[in-house]
Amino acid sequence: MAKMLFLPLLILLLIPFECESFSAENPTDRRLLVLVDDLAIRSSHSLFFKFFESRGYVLEYRLADDPKLALQRYGHYLYDGLVIFSPSVQRFGGSLDQAAVLDFVDAGHDLILAADSYASDLIRGIASECGVDFDEDPDAVVIDHVGYAVSEIDGEHTLIAADDFIQSDVILGEKKIEAPVLFRGIGHSVNPASTLVLKVLSASPSAYSASPKAKLSTPSITGSTIALVSVVQARNNARMLISGSLDLFSNRFLRSGVVKAGSLNKHEKSGNEQFVTEISKWVFHERGHLKAVNVTHHRVAELAEPAMYRINDDLEYSIEIYEWSGSSWKPYVADDVQVQFYMMSPYVLKSLSTDLKGLYFTSFKVPDVYGVFQFKVEYQRLGYTSLSLSKQIPVRPFRHNEYERFIPAAFPYYGASFSTMAGFFIFTIVYLYNK
Amino acid sequence: MGAKTGSSPPVAPPPASSATALFPSINALKLKTKQQELLIRVSILALVYVLAFAIRLFSVLRYESMIHEFDPYFNYRTTLFLTEKGFYEFWNWFDSESWYPLGRIIGGTLYPGLMVTAALIYWTLHFLRFAVHIREVCVLTAPFFASNTTIVAYFFGKEIWDSGAGLVAAALIAICPGYISRSVAGSYDNEGVAIFALLLTFYLFVKAVNTGSLAWALASAFGYFYMVSAWGGYVFIINLVPLYVLVLLVTGRYSMRLYVAYNCMYVLGMLLAMQIRFVGFQHVQSGEHMAAMGVFFLLQVFYFLDWVKFTLNDPKLFYSFLRIALTCAISVGSLALGVGMATGYISPWTGRFYSLLDPTYAKDHIPIIASVSEHQPTAWSSFMFDFHILLFLFPAGLYFCFKRLSDATIFIVMYGLTSMYFAGVMVRLILVAAPAVCLISSIAVSATLKNLTMLIRAKNNATPMGSSKGTASLKASAKASSFDQPLPYQRNVAIALLLGAFYLLSRYAIHCTWVTSEAYSSPSIVLAARGAHGGRVIFDDYREAYFWLRKNTPADAKIMSWWDYGYQITAMGNRTVIVDNNTWNNTHIATVGRAMSSYEDEAYDIMKSLDVDYVLVVFGGVTGYSSDDINKFLWMVRIGGGVFPVIKEPEYLVNGEYRVDKGAAPKMLNCLMYKLSYYRFGEVTTEYGKPPGYDRARGVEIGNKDVKLEYLEEAFTTSNWIIRIYKVKPPKNRW
Repeated sequence: MAKMLFLPLLILLLIPFECESFSAENPTDRRLLVLVDDLAIRSSHSLFFKFFESRGYVLEYRLADDPKLALQRYGHYLYDGLVIFSPSVQRFGGSLDQAAVLDFVDAGHDLILAADSYASDLIRGIASECGVDFDEDPDAVVIDHVGYAVSEIDGEHTLIAADDFIQSDVILGEKKIEAPVLFRGIGHSVNPASTLVLKVLSASPSAYSASPKAKLSTPSITGSTIALVSVVQARNNARMLISGSLDLFSNRFLRSGVVKAGSLNKHEKSGNEQFVTEISKWVFHERGHLKAVNVTHHRVAELAEPAMYRINDDLEYSIEIYEWSGSSWKPYVADDVQVQFYMMSPYVLKSLSTDLKGLYFTSFKVPDVYGVFQFKVEYQRLGYTSLSLSKQIPVRPFRHNEYERFIPAAFPYYGASFSTMAGFFIFTIVYLYNK
Repeated sequence: MGAKTGSSPPVAPPPASSATALFPSINALKLKTKQQELLIRVSILALVYVLAFAIRLFSVLRYESMIHEFDPYFNYRTTLFLTEKGFYEFWNWFDSESWYPLGRIIGGTLYPGLMVTAALIYWTLHFLRFAVHIREVCVLTAPFFASNTTIVAYFFGKEIWDSGAGLVAAALIAICPGYISRSVAGSYDNEGVAIFALLLTFYLFVKAVNTGSLAWALASAFGYFYMVSAWGGYVFIINLVPLYVLVLLVTGRYSMRLYVAYNCMYVLGMLLAMQIRFVGFQHVQSGEHMAAMGVFFLLQVFYFLDWVKFTLNDPKLFYSFLRIALTCAISVGSLALGVGMATGYISPWTGRFYSLLDPTYAKDHIPIIASVSEHQPTAWSSFMFDFHILLFLFPAGLYFCFKRLSDATIFIVMYGLTSMYFAGVMVRLILVAAPAVCLISSIAVSATLKNLTMLIRAKNNATPMGSSKGTASLKASAKASSFDQPLPYQRNVAIALLLGAFYLLSRYAIHCTWVTSEAYSSPSIVLAARGAHGGRVIFDDYREAYFWLRKNTPADAKIMSWWDYGYQITAMGNRTVIVDNNTWNNTHIATVGRAMSSYEDEAYDIMKSLDVDYVLVVFGGVTGYSSDDINKFLWMVRIGGGVFPVIKEPEYLVNGEYRVDKGAAPKMLNCLMYKLSYYRFGEVTTEYGKPPGYDRARGVEIGNKDVKLEYLEEAFTTSNWIIRIYKVKPPKNRW
């Protein structure tokens, strides 16, 4: 009997945890689905997964062709993030397919996608929908005869020691990654039409993408246009990590030392661990997530927000911006947040002052133009989620009784009209009664 | 008719002729002849008054009590605002729902006369405890004022000819199709009250000229004020009146009466007109009003010279003075005009005014004015349609006017001739010509009938009526009696002619009724057609679409459509529009035209820059409704190309030919308007025995049946496909 009572109680106690998933208030992901080709990856990449478990994530490992795979149930997503470590899968099991994965992203969820040599068309398809094109040659891998990592077994220079990182503290953490990152896999290029893809790890200028076995013809992508690892931040702030190498995340690469060819500097440990740790923190919104709240505007010396401004009104505008630190919202501090007072083009563009507690504010005069304006804050900084707020507000001209009544410049006119009236009156009297 | 009613004017307007026939039984009462006449006249006027109102109710019977067409929806919306928020809010109304994002100062850019009139009627009715809805007031405002116009026409006719002509004029104008076309119930437009105001002003001015009375001149100034407050067509008054004064001066008919009438009317009318915000200082600064000012000064010079001539009393001295004075006056006047023009103080004529004087001007220079269907030159058939027998009674009436020239008949002749010219230039100005044509025709009808009946009566009675008291018909009766003796079969011919006249007038009545019920009562927002079995099919797609917008889109959604539908979308859909029928900003309209005629990706950028959420197009391919956006499309291209030279008209034509089938220009087949109109149309079979995608409005199979939309998605299509609404998609999430 006590046991039967205990069970509902347990469920009741668990509800807060169930609810603690991705939301606007708590952007860090909690529940991850890991799709693998075979469950051996779970042990060969255990360091990487352990990192998540130690930070409180709930991981669910599934075979990529598991027939019971489903991302959502009853219209709700079961997971906040998806890790696809199954480069060779031809078709997902269950209800999962390329469109479902993309819908998952478009619903605001995050994705880590690792390809490898011989990546399937499915994986390439998902990547290319995100603006990343893997080398079409199925045998091609990234080869670098200059920037390779010295090792006994690899004579083809496909194990690369890459150290061309993106310059962003937000994405890769404040601590500089000293050691090169070991990479073995396929390269990709960024679709020039896409504006959202960032190359996080690029190949060196001497790299090229080709099959090491076949006779070398002109490689399709060469040099530093080859991206090894890219991230995409979609417009709905969903984040994706696309890597051409699954080994990048493996225990072997994470633990091994690295000597870059031609360098005397021998690193005891490769940069992989720091790299994958930091970048997955970013992907799962532990860093670089901003929110803007409490947008207010009102006339100077008033508190209520008007439905309409008048031309030449003085107004005050304020906004609060916070950054998610992984566990709580901290005030975001910057000096480059700007507000536009916008009607087809910005009539006013002002930098906002901050009180260092998250509040940004300014005041300005409404321009001498009527129309439907917008307060616009377009804040896009590398690595941060984009803030794009607009608030419509009409600006009207003066009312008929808001003009100045008696202006000195008009005194001659007043004088003229009154003297005419008086003169006419006198003239009438004189004319009528002066016989 | 017996001898006792001899002095009453023989009036026989067709609808009232039966009424006159009722009265001969009272002819025993000799002394009451005058009262009888008054009774007949009043009852005819009352019947005409009712008739004018009743004939305009066809639209309500055929459809329902609703506002018609395009502009009336704006007037309705503003009237609603006025009755809800009061006059000051209305006066200062800044409308952020139209011309997004520019907005429009409604209070300062409209003629408030109509709205204030309707609101006053509404408030009066509510004060009298009639709880009517403002829409009913708006629907019935135009018929009510048409009725009032008949009264004014009666007095005007009486003023220029005699009361018989006045009665005929009232009857003719009550059912004249040219006037009905703009004043049926539901046609809640400025013209509805403006024609009343126009005729009233003219009548009062002619009365003032005839009497030389300051009071009548003052009244005409107020009439003018009402006209200015109601319609931009007041420019016609302020140019016709000075022209008339000038003609009187030239023909040597200058008199003190004219001086008093014109000066009072001009000065007071000007001051009053300047109180209308939309007119303001235009009245003293713009080119259209300069004629009136020039004539005003000319009159002063004339009066001054008259006075000098009187005091000098020496012809030789006076002539030398005249020469100096005239040279000075003309040079000062032209100098002032030149300086005013050069400094921009006097603004040049507007495009609309130019296109009136030169019908080809708009076509070459301002496509936006030329694109409006009611600004097209008038076809001969529509003259016949709108005037019927008045068209050849008009010259006859002119003949009578010239035979008996007076200040008043000169005025009506000038009004008739100028307005006829303008009616030929612009189809909608037939409306302005209608009262003049009716008045002049009524003179012809009245004078002819009077002559004929006198001939008949003269044979009937041995003694010709020397006792005739009709002051105005003296000349006519004299002429009639001169015909007395010599002509054989005179009486029979007269009777035949009289019958012929009655026949013509009854044809006129039948024609007018038919035209009103068949052609001019359509609200154009609800379409009616005959079904396959002869039954009436109603297409209520417009209201369906606007209701959908009102209920299914966010309150601040911005709708892009061609400007024709702007007023309706704001009034019925209650949503913000980019452009509307108040075509004040050509660039903004050209931007929309450019978006419609660009490829989808280019159009997407334009729509994003204007924050467009939905695009609305009108499409008639399924129903065969011909005034849809594809048929208007060349104007969009022209207007867009007029501002943005990237849009080139020849790219949409094939050998100068506009087509939408397989042979159409590639740009045409892929522009936004084509895609939105024909999206998924290729799957539809519209007519039996025709291939799918057969466009019934243009009678061709469309050229691009596989329309794919990338940046927009279909949101709503009405049941007959007349209105199609598309949603602009947000930017792609991952690119």
